[in-house]
Amino acid sequence: MTTYQEFIQQNEDRDGVRFSWNLWPSSRLEATRLVVPVSCLFTPLKERPDLPPVQYEPVLCSRANCKAVLNPLCQVDFRAKVWACNFCFQRNPFPPSYAGISEVNQPAELMPQFSTIEYIVQRGPQTPLIFLYVVDTCLEEEDLQALKGSLQMSLSLLPPNALVGLITFGRMVQVHELSCEGIAKSYVFRGTKDLTSKQIQEMLGLMKPAATGPQGRPVAPQDAAAFLQPIHRVDMNLTDLLGELQRDPWPVPQGKRPLRSTGVALSVAVGLLEGTFPNTGARVMLFVGGPPTQGPGMVVGDELKIPIRSWHDIQKDNARHLKKATKFYEALGNRSAANGHSIDIYACALDQTGLLEMKCLSNLTGGHIVMGDSFNTSLFTQTFQGVFSKDHNGDFRMAFGGVLEIKTSRELKVCGAIGPCVSLNSKGPYVSENEMGIGGTNQWKMCSLTPSSTLGIYLEVVNQHNAPIPQGGRGAIQFVTQYQHSNTQKRIRVTTITRNWADAQSQIQHIESSFDQEAAAVLMARLGVFRAESEEGPDVLRWLDRQLIRLCQKFGQYNKEDPTSFRLSESLSLYPQFMFHLRRSPFLQVFNNSPDESSYYRHHFTRQDLTQSLIMIQPILYSYSFHGPPEPVLLDSSSILPDRILLMDTFFQLVIYNGETIAQWQKAGYQEMPEYQNFKQLLKAPQDDANDILETRFPMPRYINTEHGGSQARFLLSKVNPSQTHNNLYAWGQESGAPILTDDVSLQVFMDHLKKLAVSICLLCP
Amino acid sequence: MNVNQHTPMAPPYGQPQPSYGQPGYGQPTYAPLDSGYPAPYAPHNGPASAYHPGIPPQAPPPSSQPPTSHYSAQPQPSYSQSHPPASSAPSQLPPSSAPAGSQQYYPSSAPPSQQPISSLPPTSQQRFVSPGQPQHTFPPSSTSYAGPAPPPTQPASTPVTQTQPPFHPHQPPFSSAPGGQPPAFTTGPPPPAQGSFPPQAPPPSSQPGSFPPPSSVSSGQYPSSMPPPQQPPQSQPPTYHPGPPPPQAQMPPTSIGQSNHQPPGPQGPPSPTGPLQQPPLQQGMQTGAFGQPRSPQPGYGGPYQGQPNYGAPAPTPQAQKRLDPDAIPSPQASDMPPVQKSRHRIDPDAIPSPIQVIEDDKAKTTEPFTTGVRGQAPPLVTTNFQVKDQGNASPRFVRCTAYNMPCTADMAKQSQVPLAAVIKPLAILPPDETPPYLVDHGEGGPIRCNRCKAYMCPYMQFIEGGRRFQCSFCSCVTEVPPHYFQHLDHTGRRVDCYDRPELSLGSYEFLATVDYCKNNKIPQPPAYIFLIDVSYNAVKSGLVSIICQELKSLLDHLPRENPEMDSVIRVGFVTYNKVLHFYNVKSSLAQPQMLVVSDVSDMFVPLLDGFLVNVNDSRQVIESLLDQIPEMFADTRETETVFGPVIQAGLEALKAADCAGKLFVFHTSLPIAEAPGKLKNREDKKLIGTDKEKSLFQPQAGFYNNLAKECVTQGCCVDLFLFPNQYVDVATLGVVPVSTGGSVYKYTYFQAESDQERFLNDLRRDVQKPVGFDAVMRVRTSTGIRATDFFGSFFMNNTTDVELAGLDCDKAITVEFKHDDKLSEETGALMQCAVLYTSCSGQRRLRIHNMAVNCCSQLADLYRNCETDTIINFLSKYAFRGVLNNPTKAVRDTLVNQCAQILACYRKNCASPSSAGQLILPECMKLLPVYLNCVLKSDVLLPGADVSLDDRAYLRQLISCMDVAETHVFFYPRLLPLVKLESGALPVAVRDSEERLSKGGVYLLETGLHLFLWVGASVQQELLLNIFGTPSFGQIDSSMTSLPVLENPISQRLREIIDSFRAQRSRYMKLILVKQEDRAELMFKHFLVEDKSASGGASYVDFLCHMHKEIRQLLS
Repeated sequence: MTTYQEFIQQNEDRDGVRFSWNLWPSSRLEATRLVVPVSCLFTPLKERPDLPPVQYEPVLCSRANCKAVLNPLCQVDFRAKVWACNFCFQRNPFPPSYAGISEVNQPAELMPQFSTIEYIVQRGPQTPLIFLYVVDTCLEEEDLQALKGSLQMSLSLLPPNALVGLITFGRMVQVHELSCEGIAKSYVFRGTKDLTSKQIQEMLGLMKPAATGPQGRPVAPQDAAAFLQPIHRVDMNLTDLLGELQRDPWPVPQGKRPLRSTGVALSVAVGLLEGTFPNTGARVMLFVGGPPTQGPGMVVGDELKIPIRSWHDIQKDNARHLKKATKFYEALGNRSAANGHSIDIYACALDQTGLLEMKCLSNLTGGHIVMGDSFNTSLFTQTFQGVFSKDHNGDFRMAFGGVLEIKTSRELKVCGAIGPCVSLNSKGPYVSENEMGIGGTNQWKMCSLTPSSTLGIYLEVVNQHNAPIPQGGRGAIQFVTQYQHSNTQKRIRVTTITRNWADAQSQIQHIESSFDQEAAAVLMARLGVFRAESEEGPDVLRWLDRQLIRLCQKFGQYNKEDPTSFRLSESLSLYPQFMFHLRRSPFLQVFNNSPDESSYYRHHFTRQDLTQSLIMIQPILYSYSFHGPPEPVLLDSSSILPDRILLMDTFFQLVIYNGETIAQWQKAGYQEMPEYQNFKQLLKAPQDDANDILETRFPMPRYINTEHGGSQARFLLSKVNPSQTHNNLYAWGQESGAPILTDDVSLQVFMDHLKKLAVSICLLCP
Repeated sequence: MNVNQHTPMAPPYGQPQPSYGQPGYGQPTYAPLDSGYPAPYAPHNGPASAYHPGIPPQAPPPSSQPPTSHYSAQPQPSYSQSHPPASSAPSQLPPSSAPAGSQQYYPSSAPPSQQPISSLPPTSQQRFVSPGQPQHTFPPSSTSYAGPAPPPTQPASTPVTQTQPPFHPHQPPFSSAPGGQPPAFTTGPPPPAQGSFPPQAPPPSSQPGSFPPPSSVSSGQYPSSMPPPQQPPQSQPPTYHPGPPPPQAQMPPTSIGQSNHQPPGPQGPPSPTGPLQQPPLQQGMQTGAFGQPRSPQPGYGGPYQGQPNYGAPAPTPQAQKRLDPDAIPSPQASDMPPVQKSRHRIDPDAIPSPIQVIEDDKAKTTEPFTTGVRGQAPPLVTTNFQVKDQGNASPRFVRCTAYNMPCTADMAKQSQVPLAAVIKPLAILPPDETPPYLVDHGEGGPIRCNRCKAYMCPYMQFIEGGRRFQCSFCSCVTEVPPHYFQHLDHTGRRVDCYDRPELSLGSYEFLATVDYCKNNKIPQPPAYIFLIDVSYNAVKSGLVSIICQELKSLLDHLPRENPEMDSVIRVGFVTYNKVLHFYNVKSSLAQPQMLVVSDVSDMFVPLLDGFLVNVNDSRQVIESLLDQIPEMFADTRETETVFGPVIQAGLEALKAADCAGKLFVFHTSLPIAEAPGKLKNREDKKLIGTDKEKSLFQPQAGFYNNLAKECVTQGCCVDLFLFPNQYVDVATLGVVPVSTGGSVYKYTYFQAESDQERFLNDLRRDVQKPVGFDAVMRVRTSTGIRATDFFGSFFMNNTTDVELAGLDCDKAITVEFKHDDKLSEETGALMQCAVLYTSCSGQRRLRIHNMAVNCCSQLADLYRNCETDTIINFLSKYAFRGVLNNPTKAVRDTLVNQCAQILACYRKNCASPSSAGQLILPECMKLLPVYLNCVLKSDVLLPGADVSLDDRAYLRQLISCMDVAETHVFFYPRLLPLVKLESGALPVAVRDSEERLSKGGVYLLETGLHLFLWVGASVQQELLLNIFGTPSFGQIDSSMTSLPVLENPISQRLREIIDSFRAQRSRYMKLILVKQEDRAELMFKHFLVEDKSASGGASYVDFLCHMHKEIRQLLS
């Protein structure tokens, strides 16, 4: 057999799954002792260009509460034309259409290489994609122009049959009617009044009020025609409309913020879609240039002298509007999620825009959050274009209305999921009482999905210690993802995976070597971030530390009370380092980050796939120098050398850092001299690499080009391990590198403490 | 009962005889003026001497007959005065005229040793005069005299009639009288005279003697007088007018100051003098009034001369006889054949005729009316006259019910004559009169009294060499700011007083400083917002497209101060049905944008920039919008509308723009859609006549009251155009317009073809008319009286400040005054009406109107100087407000009662003792019964079966802001016989009675709201051809709304007349063609107010009888 590394890679490529443990402990007790739970990162729509969807319905287990999909793990009796469900062991006859199957004529879903398979099904009418733009007009003129440009551009990217709608807001909220000729018509809502969905629909004329019936008649989608029109029909209209968008005309007195009714605008948008296109894929795209300052969802008052809440205020319970606004947006997010509509937030402003309060809109509905300084930057424009990027088939890299269902074999239960999803509250035999993340269900809804959307799935081994699993027994998990493809097809992707059980007492080495430390780091980090949303930062760190220590105690090799004897096997060797960087990351540290930034970072951390997540935890540092080809170097202050150019990728930032000497050379203009072409190339190399990253990364990272001593160098300095600081500069002697002025502990100190704690006898640990 | 008041005259005769005899008392009101003059003149000429002699003899008798009623009183004084002057006049005249007419007069009057002679009543006046010596008092006194005077002259002028009267006393006069011109009248009077006056007879006779002289005198005078007038003017200018107006123009007036009426007097004579410049005119006048008296005169001429004092008596008798057989000696009856005949049926011609009064006043008014003299009643509203502002506000701005206010509350209470002023602050003056000057007192703002805050005005007395001034309202002394200091001349006037409008004129404007602005911010230019109902009804009737089409051109005619400049008023547009549509018409847009606000429960303005725009900047966009609105809603099926939110929307828009402005709401139906201000149909005919009727006039919900309050705070005036097809609850919908100084227009069953013209003309005028915004009016009065009650379209937060979100040139406010202390005859009563407003260019201004009236301690004086039209204006507004809180019947009873008390008081205190059976009316109030009857019969107080509740509420609100001219024609419509159309002058109107209509005639009737053309069934073919272009009565299309344009003088002239009528009124009158015995005639007959009305209203005659009964009850 190949190495676990290869196995893991292969599994990820095929099924989009990374498990923390690739051998599962066979009993509940042992599983808990492994510290890191049996869990996985699952990317439901991982791009599989090599996987052609099949054009028929999946075959389901006939047991009412199982309904598992026929998969390669099922036992099939070709003669009797019967198959046995590998989850509930129900024996099911094949449907008539499978009459012709035999050992040599098997349908794709029975072939092992099709452990992941995608079905195209015919369910209900195909509805076009819906894009509802919700645009803040309280912008600086430049910003507004840039935004208008971006929006107009985006129209050309939409499929011609997509429905578009436009809501603008400032002090008032305007819902634009797109169907009319001549006079541009819009419905206006006051920005301070919270309206129910029904009221909104009435006011938009979508529902005949009480006159016709006690409840009013639910609206047929065509009634909404006025507001949501196929792009091919209103392209010109809408382009003009966008072109004529004015800045919010209400005067903003000195010392005041513009009145921005983000809350009501969103409420109207949600209400409009809710009434007209429930359970249809739709994207509400919110563009804001500042915090909501009035009405429901207000984040800060309009007095400029009162600054928007900071972490300090929040900790001191001084953020007046926080709870109310959060509650409002949560309710809105839940409503939207219930109807399968996702909400994107594109927030571009120098100050905070209230993402902390609004994040749940996107988190619950799978929408994007993009944060920038201005709409007039390539960061925004390219990111926004990225939303409409297309795959090799020319389809949008987005899917709607995803529902993920997980079925497990009997020894396992589902504890929860962490990612851009909401619970569907589907109680069933697969659901554990022990919740981790969004639990209590085995079905989740992801209103919007991209190929990289990744969920952390947490499982629990429920097999009792005294009920051993027969040798060679395997556990299985089936992920069933139903979604609306961007070409409006309804599809179902089914991934069925299996792993071997192992007795942790006798096969602990095997289990240890099956440990996927990268996946484990990300999964633990997600748990940490999930906790951080509701708990105080220090508690989360303490929890993480304890988990790490316990893991080291469990798998480290050491002599008691002898830190120097501590060793970790290869499969765990990087794990502490990940944890070290995770502890310093903005996901858990709020110092130096605004609440908005924290929300933004966390939002992306809980949805990206493993690779990206790891970059976020521990940024990658490349070195370019005349000494050799570009190479990754330690994320350590010692890597900062005068004759190097460093390229750091933190996912959110791309930093090119010219060492002291390089910077001097550049200033002297050597790169312009023909005899120093090589220097020019050296300068260009990291830029080219950066460009490659920029092109593929979503959202666009902030691109920073700095040098030794530059103010922007702080981005680099805050990330590297402070192995050299003003405290130990001299102790470390003359070795090169740049000292970091910080009191943070370095990795070395961290490891020292870890070892000390791991080898000490902990009364709490078994 | 004697309808005429003349009977009383008799007694007066005795005393006043002098005066009576000469002038003919009956004319007191009119006469006064003339008499005053004539007297002076008379003296001049030989005739004067003749007069005097006559008088003296009379004088003696007076003592015996103090009773001379009102008339006597008035006339006497006037007479006596006039006489004195006359006597002295000869000598004085020249001088008097030269220096200052007024002053001279005084002296002249002062000397009047005769005064003592004059009867008691006069004494009061005399006192007046004497105290009056101060120049000020003088003028008034003179006026008062003048009043009486004229009649005398008139009589003089018509020697015949006069002569007759004298004779009449005995039967002869009678006969002669009839023989003369106004048989009925003159005859009438004589009888009473006979009965009671035999003694008088002699005086008259003496008068007659005198008369002739006067006439001759007059002629003689004229020449003489003429010159003097010219001189006086010149001399006067320096003193009086110099500052303000052109001296010459004023001159005549000034001289008249005391004697506007003089002219007539003199005129009489002038006729002979022909040569003189003025004479011709005067002659004309006189002839009109006197000589010709023909048709009108019969009633009038008689009453006129006779009624007032002497001549009048004659007519009255007739009436009396008819009414109260026992009242008057049978001899008269026997004397008068006609009388006898009509014994059991009162001859309508014998009772006071509005037409006669109107025509007489027209005839009498030949000279411009100058306002310099205190307490001088202006010509009637029906008379065309020019006004010269000489220190009091023009009657176009202010009219009072009484120009002699009682000095004490007791008197006022006793007389029951309402003391009120009808103020029309922004009235438009005719082109030949100068609009109020704009005065800028600099940064400190207008100079005001420290205590009562009255504004600088001609009444302020400068003292201490001009360093201080004493407020004539509250007597407080205030320092004159250094920049305003000016030295005084020897008379105590400021040297610059004629350079400064605020020191020499009755009306002027101050430029307000920032202190006078809301929030201490210079106001923004106002905005006009058009809110158009686009529900199914409005679209279907074609209304929406009509409005949109019209607005396109109308927007170029927004009010502006400088005709050269573009208006700075911004405009905005809203359409609505159940929801509101705002429009962004910003100039930078290629197409307008529509913003729909469906949240009607919580109205707001969806946009600021682009909603209110300058017309020129956004012309393209606006036109595009107006073109598209009808199309957009062409297929609408929405029938429900909202109303409250519509006004809220406009209000919010103005709030957002931080400016004042006006909303034009075009609305069709009862707002039943779910929204604030939603109304239910509550029209319930069963409630009419019950105690609950009043609730129908009250608004349904408090919502609109609160809304109105908010509108006023913001300076948001609302004009409402209603196009109902059924009940819309005008009582409620009108609350906001009425409280904000706006107007309500109602076009029931609007149909594009027939009503478009009326609507568009109304709209045009409404949009274009000058208007002020965010106005506050305050009426200050001199100590002793106080403005206590206000009527009109406005809102009041406290008891003194009248707040008007908008105030346009057609709105009048009636102010009632009550005593809170004594007034003094010397100083009279002053009132100053200050209106602070924002002009249409956004300038903050103060318009000041000053008014001074006399005070009297004798009831007779009060009754001599009242204006019935104004009283009716007040009473109607008072009554129409009363129906809000009282049963209609109670309101009617109150009216009748008050009126009876007024007349009874007169009868008791001012008229000579005579048979209780005689109905004696004060000359100036002799039309009170007929007009009051019209008020009582109005749809509001006595609705016919076909009058909807909406109509009544509409009228009720409409009346509340009418001025005197409007109420006059509204209650007593003008009925013109279309005869002799070829000539330039308007035909003389006839009384509003079916009897006056001739089957062979065509008549035009106008009420200010309606215009009827009544065609008799047997009208001449020729006339039909000329007017309608058809030879047959049957072929006339009674649905036509405009006359065919035919090229013949009659058609042209008729159309001219119609146009000129329309031009006079603030609302366009649709022409309704009524063919005799057609169904539409019922509606027409409703306006024949002297007849019994279908709804049960009394005829004039019946009402007069009723009134007489009431009076008698009060007296017994």
